[in-house]
Amino acid sequence: MKKNRKWPAVYLALIFIILYAPIFYLIFYSFNSGGTMYQFEGFTLDWYRELFADTRLLIIVLNTVIIALLSAAISTIIGVAGALAIAYARKRRVKNTLLSLNNVLIVSPDVIIGASFLILFTMIGLKLGFVSVLLAHIAFSVPIVVLMVLPKIEEMSTSMIYAAMDLGASRLDVLTKVILPYITPGIFAGFFMALTYSLDDFAVTFFVTGNGFTTLSVEIYSLARRGVSLNINALSALLFLFTIILVTGYYFITKRNEKPNGMGVRQ
Amino acid sequence: MRTNSRNFYLIPYVLWILLFVVTPLLLVLYYSFFDIEGHFTLENYREFFTPVYLKMTLSSFWYAFLITLFSLLIAYPTAYLLTKTKHKQLWLLLIILPSWINLLLKAYAFLGIFGTYGAANSFLEVMGIGSRQILFTDFSFIFVSVYIFLPFMILPIFNSLDELNPTLLDASNDLGGSSWVTFKRVIFPLTLDGVKAGCQIVFIPALSLFMLTRLIAGNRVITLGTAIEQHFLVTQDWGMGSTIAVFLIIAMVLIMVLTGRRKRGIL
Repeated sequence: MKKNRKWPAVYLALIFIILYAPIFYLIFYSFNSGGTMYQFEGFTLDWYRELFADTRLLIIVLNTVIIALLSAAISTIIGVAGALAIAYARKRRVKNTLLSLNNVLIVSPDVIIGASFLILFTMIGLKLGFVSVLLAHIAFSVPIVVLMVLPKIEEMSTSMIYAAMDLGASRLDVLTKVILPYITPGIFAGFFMALTYSLDDFAVTFFVTGNGFTTLSVEIYSLARRGVSLNINALSALLFLFTIILVTGYYFITKRNEKPNGMGVRQ
Repeated sequence: MRTNSRNFYLIPYVLWILLFVVTPLLLVLYYSFFDIEGHFTLENYREFFTPVYLKMTLSSFWYAFLITLFSLLIAYPTAYLLTKTKHKQLWLLLIILPSWINLLLKAYAFLGIFGTYGAANSFLEVMGIGSRQILFTDFSFIFVSVYIFLPFMILPIFNSLDELNPTLLDASNDLGGSSWVTFKRVIFPLTLDGVKAGCQIVFIPALSLFMLTRLIAGNRVITLGTAIEQHFLVTQDWGMGSTIAVFLIIAMVLIMVLTGRRKRGIL
């Protein structure tokens, strides 16, 4: 009996170790004064200092953040409109068509999205750079926002809308004073997902970024292809910290969303 | 009035669908009929069916199959054991957390771990096996891919296991089913949807992630994704790249149909 209890724990522990070891391995060697990823010579913060002194990298980080915030904001607006369109489509067939078209970009491999956007932007004659990357990020974030917002709209009872209309609210009032406040948690979740997708994206950006413009992922890729440099380790340590903050934030947002009805239903 | 406001929601969203979902797919199809000089031709398709490309496609599928298989074999017990833990949502979050860290950084970590003097080789040294070339082999490619996809496989399986009605297990027990029979006849069939979803999430990117093959497998492993990237960004032969993309899309649709939720289609 005791043996039965032990093995599962060992297995899970092993999985956890395997999942986290590479990340901590990276972070550990970011403090290595030796300059390699195999021989720890002494503790140093030089790599971090070098990182913060690197203005080019700081500009890249800034670019990445601006792209992420802008694309998340714009895709949230389009996505909310899309979710409303899907939810209030009267014909079943229209609704299903819109939903399947919505999901195309979610299931498509990044290479295909990247390659097809590259063709698209070249055909339009758009110069590759900030705008093309921004457009691409908006494009692949929209369906995620739709998927996050749609369930919220569908769970909302239509009687609330009818009540508002009976009380003399215009369509705009219904939208801004009834629907939008109700689906706000979904909108936040969608914005957040769009933000992380944009920050994390490599493959699509790699295709549509020109020579002059770089985001962090693309920069990491080109650095990593050149081999090991502990700058990347220092960078990954900071990004890991940042990710943990983001995930915790996201965790609390979804927790807060679930509480009101989750508690109500379960009890 | 009502239709007007509905149209108003629809406009940005339908524009997005037309511009970034429909047009890019059509453009990929269109470009696949042109050679590098811009002449209309079926040559790309003929070339795809030559042994060179067929072999590459087959090996790409073989690698993706192995990656999916190993991920499944490791993920299923993990998900199962996770559902048995006390704070399962928290543990799940911790399993998912590494998947939020930039994929390139994780791949980069393995450049250090699998390097000539890296942790893996020191371990082999200690075990008395002696160091050997690990990086740029099939093993490293499959290992790193499984490492990266593991959380994506665990999540859907965990969800379907979590929804499983425990009374069914009691029923199976009461009727004299051994734990193996219970697993084979009750648990696994009922969680098949999660398994299918997981396989879908892993298999399609495994066919197409080009950065992993570039960083971890050197140029030993060429997947469909690597070939597309090569044609679009290196040799600039967009026609051939589009042709491979068309086949990747076909493969993707087939996988979606095979692993689709509509159970009636297959069995």
